[in-house]
Amino acid sequence: MTRDLPADPLIRQLVLQARRSALSRRQMLQGAGIGAAALALAACAPQGSSKPTPAEDNSDEDKTLNWANWPAYLDEDEEGNHPTLDRFMAETGIEVNYLVDVDDNNSYYGKVKDQLALGQDIGADTVCLTEWMVARLIRLGYVQELDEANIPNKANLTPSLADPDFDPGRAMSLPWQGGFAGICWNKERLPNGLRTVEDLWGSDLKGRVGVLSEMRDTIGLIMLEQGADITDFGESEFTAALDVFREQVESGQIRNVKGNSYLEDLANEDTLAAICWSGDITVLNAESGDKWEFIIPEAGGTFWNDTFVVPIGSSRKTNAEKLMNYYYDPAVAAEVAAWVNYVTPVEGAYEAALEIDPELAENQLIFPNEETLSTVHVFRTLTSQEEQTFGAEFQSVLLGV
Amino acid sequence: MAFGAFLQAPAPGVAAAADPAPRRRSKVALLLLLPGVLYLAVFFLAPLVSLVMTSFQEPVEFGDIGQYQTAFRWENYLAVVETYAPHIFRSFSYAALATALALVFSYPLAYFIGVKLRQAPFLQSLALVLVVAPFFISFLLRTLAWKQMFADEGWLVGALQTVQLLPDGAHLTGTPFSVVFGLTYNFIPFMTLPIYASLERLDLRYLEAADDLYAKRSTAFWRITIPLSLPGIVSGTLLTFIPAAGDYINASRDFLGSTETAMVGNVIEANFLVLQNYPAAASLSILLMAAILVLVSAYVVRSGTKDLL
Repeated sequence: MTRDLPADPLIRQLVLQARRSALSRRQMLQGAGIGAAALALAACAPQGSSKPTPAEDNSDEDKTLNWANWPAYLDEDEEGNHPTLDRFMAETGIEVNYLVDVDDNNSYYGKVKDQLALGQDIGADTVCLTEWMVARLIRLGYVQELDEANIPNKANLTPSLADPDFDPGRAMSLPWQGGFAGICWNKERLPNGLRTVEDLWGSDLKGRVGVLSEMRDTIGLIMLEQGADITDFGESEFTAALDVFREQVESGQIRNVKGNSYLEDLANEDTLAAICWSGDITVLNAESGDKWEFIIPEAGGTFWNDTFVVPIGSSRKTNAEKLMNYYYDPAVAAEVAAWVNYVTPVEGAYEAALEIDPELAENQLIFPNEETLSTVHVFRTLTSQEEQTFGAEFQSVLLGV
Repeated sequence: MAFGAFLQAPAPGVAAAADPAPRRRSKVALLLLLPGVLYLAVFFLAPLVSLVMTSFQEPVEFGDIGQYQTAFRWENYLAVVETYAPHIFRSFSYAALATALALVFSYPLAYFIGVKLRQAPFLQSLALVLVVAPFFISFLLRTLAWKQMFADEGWLVGALQTVQLLPDGAHLTGTPFSVVFGLTYNFIPFMTLPIYASLERLDLRYLEAADDLYAKRSTAFWRITIPLSLPGIVSGTLLTFIPAAGDYINASRDFLGSTETAMVGNVIEANFLVLQNYPAAASLSILLMAAILVLVSAYVVRSGTKDLL
C-alpha cells in the first residue's frame, strides 16, 4: 500500500491518517468475526432460568463498599456529609461509596437484571429495595445469604419484621427503613379533612385527587377500604379494588397517578388530596409551610419496608454485613430515623430517640407504638404469576387501555 | 466520491493531484467509510437484530417475570396492535398536529429571520441565537416549567377561566391540549432552522422578476418562495414528526400528560420497565419504526425531494 501522496495538504493529511489506521486483510477478517460475535451475543441475552452462583468474598483484602440507596434516605449535614456513615468509615476503615442510584424499584431492576442473571457485579455491594422487589430477587436467586455471625445486632430487629413469607428468618435480607401509605390533604383548602379512602371520591374533589403509581399502596388502601385483608387475599378482592380504581380514573376523579413526583402536585395544589407516603408529608410541611396533614385511614394503611440485600455478584459481602450491623445499633438507628422521618426497624431506637428529642420519639409516623402498628398491614407477597397479571391490569389503567 | 468535494475547491496544487485514477481513490474513500460502517453495525444493526428477535420471543413455561425464550411467535404483533391500537393512532395524530402547528409558527419566523433580517446581519444572528436559546436549558426542565404554568392554581388557568375561555373546573395539564402544546413547543427549533437555511439562500431577484411580470405578491410567494424553500420544509417536518411520534416525555404522567394521553412511547416504557414484557415492548418498537418509515417515505416521494432519502 505505497503510493505517491497527493499534493494538496488537506488531502495528504487525510490519506496519511487513513494509512496509519489501515487494516490488513487479516485484521479485516478479525473485525468481521468480532462483528458477527457481537450480533450473536446480542441475540442471546440471558433468558435461562438457572440461578447464578455467588461471587467469592474478598472483604478481608478489599476494604471498600458500594451502597446504593434512594434519595434523602440517610442523615446529611449542611456540607452534604453523612455523619453516621463517616463514623462507620472511621471505626472500621472500610471506605464506603454511597450511591443515590435508586429512584424506582422497576427501573433499578431493569438496569441491573441482566448482570444479576449472569452473577456479575452490578456496581453495588448492598442495595436497599422495597420488599416486593426483594422478594422477587430472592425468588430468582439474585442475592446472597447473610452470615448472622457478622451481624450480632440483628437481634435488635423488630419481631414483627423478623419472619416474612419471602425470606423466613431473614436469611438474605434486613430492613433499612419503612413507612406507611395513607391519605393526606391540603388543610387550607379542605379544613374538614378526610377520614377514609372513600372521602377521596367526593364530588368536590373531582380532578384534584392523586394516587401513587406503586400498585401495592394504591390498590392496598382501596382493598382495605373494601374490608379485604391485604395480608391474605385472592384474585376477586384484587379485581374488586382495581375496578374502583379504574372507575375513578376514567371518571376523571383521580387525575394524577405518580411516583415520587406526586409531591410537586401537592406543592402547586393541582392535587388537593392524595394517597401518600408518611415521611414525605413531614418533609413537605417543613419545606413549604405547614399546609398538609397525613393520616392512616380508618380502614387501615399499608406498611412497606425498604430492605438491605447483597447482590449475587458482590465480592464484599462481609463489609456489607458490617455496615448492616452498624446501622442496627439503636443509637445510630435513632439518629438516621430522626433525619429521614421514616420508620426504623430497630428495637431500642425509640428509647435512644427519647434521649435525643422526646417530641420526635412520640411521632407515630417515625416511632409507631403497638396501637399505630395495629392499623397498618403489609401487602402480601405475590406469586410470580400474580405479579405479572396484577401488574398488567394495574398498568392497563395507567395507560388508559 | 468523497474526495470529489475536496477536489472541486479551487486550491492550488490540486490540478497535480487530480490524476485520473478514480478506482484507487474510491478504495481510500471506502476505507474512510469504515469507522462509520463499524459504528452502525455495532450500535445500530446489532441492537436492531436483537430487537427483532426479542419481538418474537415467547414466555418460558412456568417461568418468572421477565423470562422469555427464543421463538417465532408472530402473534405478539397481533396482540399489541389489538391492545394498543388507540395509542398508536394517538401518537401519529399528536405528532401530525404538532408538526402542522410547528410549521405554522416556524415558517413566518424563519422567513422573517432569513429574508427580512438580511439587511441587519447582527440582528439576524441574534434572532438565530434566540431560536436556539431554549436548548441551553434541559428539555425536561423546560417541560416541567410548562407543567407549572399550566397548573390548576396557576395564573394561566385562572385568567382563561375569568374570560370564560375555559369552563370552571376544567384543567390544562394532563389534557391532549397540553401534550400537543408541549410537543409543538419542544420541536419548533427543529422546524425553524432547516426552513431558515433554505430561505436564507432565497434569491430575491426571482421575486423582483415576478413583480416585473405583474405577478401578485401572493402568487409569487406560492409559486417561488414556497417551492424554493420546500427542501427546508420537508426536512423540518421530518425532524419534528419522527421524534414527536416516538416521544414519551411530554405525554408522560409525570410531565404534561395523564392516563388519557399515553402515546406509544409511554406504552413501550411501561411494558419494558414495569411489566418486563420485552416481546410486547419490542414488537411495538418495530411497528413504530416501520410505520414511521412507510409514512416518511410516502411523504418524501410525494413532496418530490427524493434526494433526501
